[in-house]
Amino acid sequence: MSPVTHLDVESIRADFPILTRQVNGRLLTYLDNAATSQKPTQVIQSLVDYYERYNSNVHRGVHTLSIEATEAYEDARGKVQRFINAPSPESIIWTRNTSESLNLVAYTWAEANVAAGDEIVTTAMEHHSDIVPWQQLAMRKGATLKIIPETENGRLDMEQAALLITDRTKIVATTHMSNVLGTVVDVKALADAAHAVGAVILVDAAQSVPHMPVDVQALNCDFMAFSAHKMLGPTGIGVLYGRPEILEVMPPWMFGGDMILEVSYEDASWNDLPYRFEAGTPNIADAIATGAAVDYLEALGMDNVWAHEQKITGYALGRFAELEGINLLGPQEIEDKGAVLSFSHDSLHSHDLGTALDQLGIAIRTGHHCAMPLIRSHGIVSAARASFYIYNTEAEVDVLIDGLKEAQRYFSKAGIA
Amino acid sequence: MQQGLGELDELYQEVLLDHYRNPRNTDRLDDPTSEVDAINPFCGDEIHMQLGLDGDKVASISVTGQGCSISQAAGSLLTEIVDGKTTTEARALRELFREMMTGEEVSDEVADRLEDSLALQGVRRFPVRIKCALLSWSALIDALDKVAPAKP
Ligand SMILES: Cc1ncc(COP(=O)(O)O)c(C=O)c1O
Repeated sequence: MSPVTHLDVESIRADFPILTRQVNGRLLTYLDNAATSQKPTQVIQSLVDYYERYNSNVHRGVHTLSIEATEAYEDARGKVQRFINAPSPESIIWTRNTSESLNLVAYTWAEANVAAGDEIVTTAMEHHSDIVPWQQLAMRKGATLKIIPETENGRLDMEQAALLITDRTKIVATTHMSNVLGTVVDVKALADAAHAVGAVILVDAAQSVPHMPVDVQALNCDFMAFSAHKMLGPTGIGVLYGRPEILEVMPPWMFGGDMILEVSYEDASWNDLPYRFEAGTPNIADAIATGAAVDYLEALGMDNVWAHEQKITGYALGRFAELEGINLLGPQEIEDKGAVLSFSHDSLHSHDLGTALDQLGIAIRTGHHCAMPLIRSHGIVSAARASFYIYNTEAEVDVLIDGLKEAQRYFSKAGIA
Repeated sequence: MQQGLGELDELYQEVLLDHYRNPRNTDRLDDPTSEVDAINPFCGDEIHMQLGLDGDKVASISVTGQGCSISQAAGSLLTEIVDGKTTTEARALRELFREMMTGEEVSDEVADRLEDSLALQGVRRFPVRIKCALLSWSALIDALDKVAPAKP
């Protein structure tokens, strides 16, 4: 049975000015949402409002504008807190993006808690942002990086996970949803396994928080990282959630204004959470706009967002079955699979496909998707990816399928497909 | 106005398609003077180049790799034009090729010198693909730098 969807996609589309754009003479078909989402008027307007009406620095003025800006900034933090059911606003740290959030943990908590001989466990499906910081940490510390493999049908191998997470493990770093395979990982099971051996778990939620209900307490995770730009918000701002008990004792990593309590010429003491981890003037406008993005998603309801994406993805999976020469990566069943369809072609490189689709106004991602080890483990050097969001329709899936067929015809006439 | 895929003809010219289908000079050299791997970090295109120098001349060259049609055809085309040239001439050709990719219309003289690689001219209209065409040329410069640094 296909899930019932409650999204009014036509009225949603009306909120996104960019969706009326023409590209190469056609209406834009934007299917690169896993890279970054488009922004509704409500989010764009919140940026304009801030700059036109109450732009000023936060936490340091007694004047009206500063008070208003500080309130809006902290209000946005509270919205994010409620959105992922974090226990307190202090557990929400603003960063630049998912990558910075992950690096923050690698350079603070992990720097202090991982030593030679310890093990860091991650998965075969990580984005480079959740591999490279751990490789570097392992090299700095003389620790070992262990990789939970992918099963044949594109899931995470939970049996191997159980073997790889041992009492040598200090941290388990896992994606919540693969940006290439769409696989949704059973984070709760990994969290339980990590906690059972006294390790912490960090979740790369860049692809989950925008698309499904996420509850950090239900998942029992210690850290969670995500980016506003993939969930209708602006670029340049991201979030790190940290379990309050852990953040309390975690050393800071950037030093300067706002993060201090008291400074003498010789020494300094640290401000309270979360400011201890937010040195310098923060990204005020984009934090406020992230709050507007959360408002937009909450008004839709994340259950409805997920149901809509399941419906579109299920439809797309069915239509992809019609195509010849195309190989889908990752799970082929809709269960626990997000709105991401990556595929390779028997003879065509994803760039050639991508350029052809762009001629038809269709935006997809091509290349290695910042997951080179994963792409290579599938025996290919690049893949194409279509990814969907709240404003995508089945009609757009049809445009994609027709475009792929047209590209196939073009390249086979050219003798290269 | 709606466009079909006809615009692509400018990119996928017959010479390019031919080199993509049947890349030239892919046999590995037994005893290369210089050897490099070039990779385009944005898309993962890979070129493996081997050079055999005889004095200051390119006596043999081999290019293999994995990637899109533009990157692979450009590598194959490169081997044809560079084979037999002096290292200085090879460097000069790279400059001409780069100008063709990033500059204005090429003169007849430059067109002659670039031989079949002129077929890559159409890539200019697809700016994100220019780096695909340039990959093997930067591999060539790296391979030359290792054994025959540019003369001052
Ligand atoms: C799963 C995953 N992790 C991390 C990232 C990195 O996000 P950002 O580039 O916003 O730091 C992405 C985005 O591409 C992603 O999809």
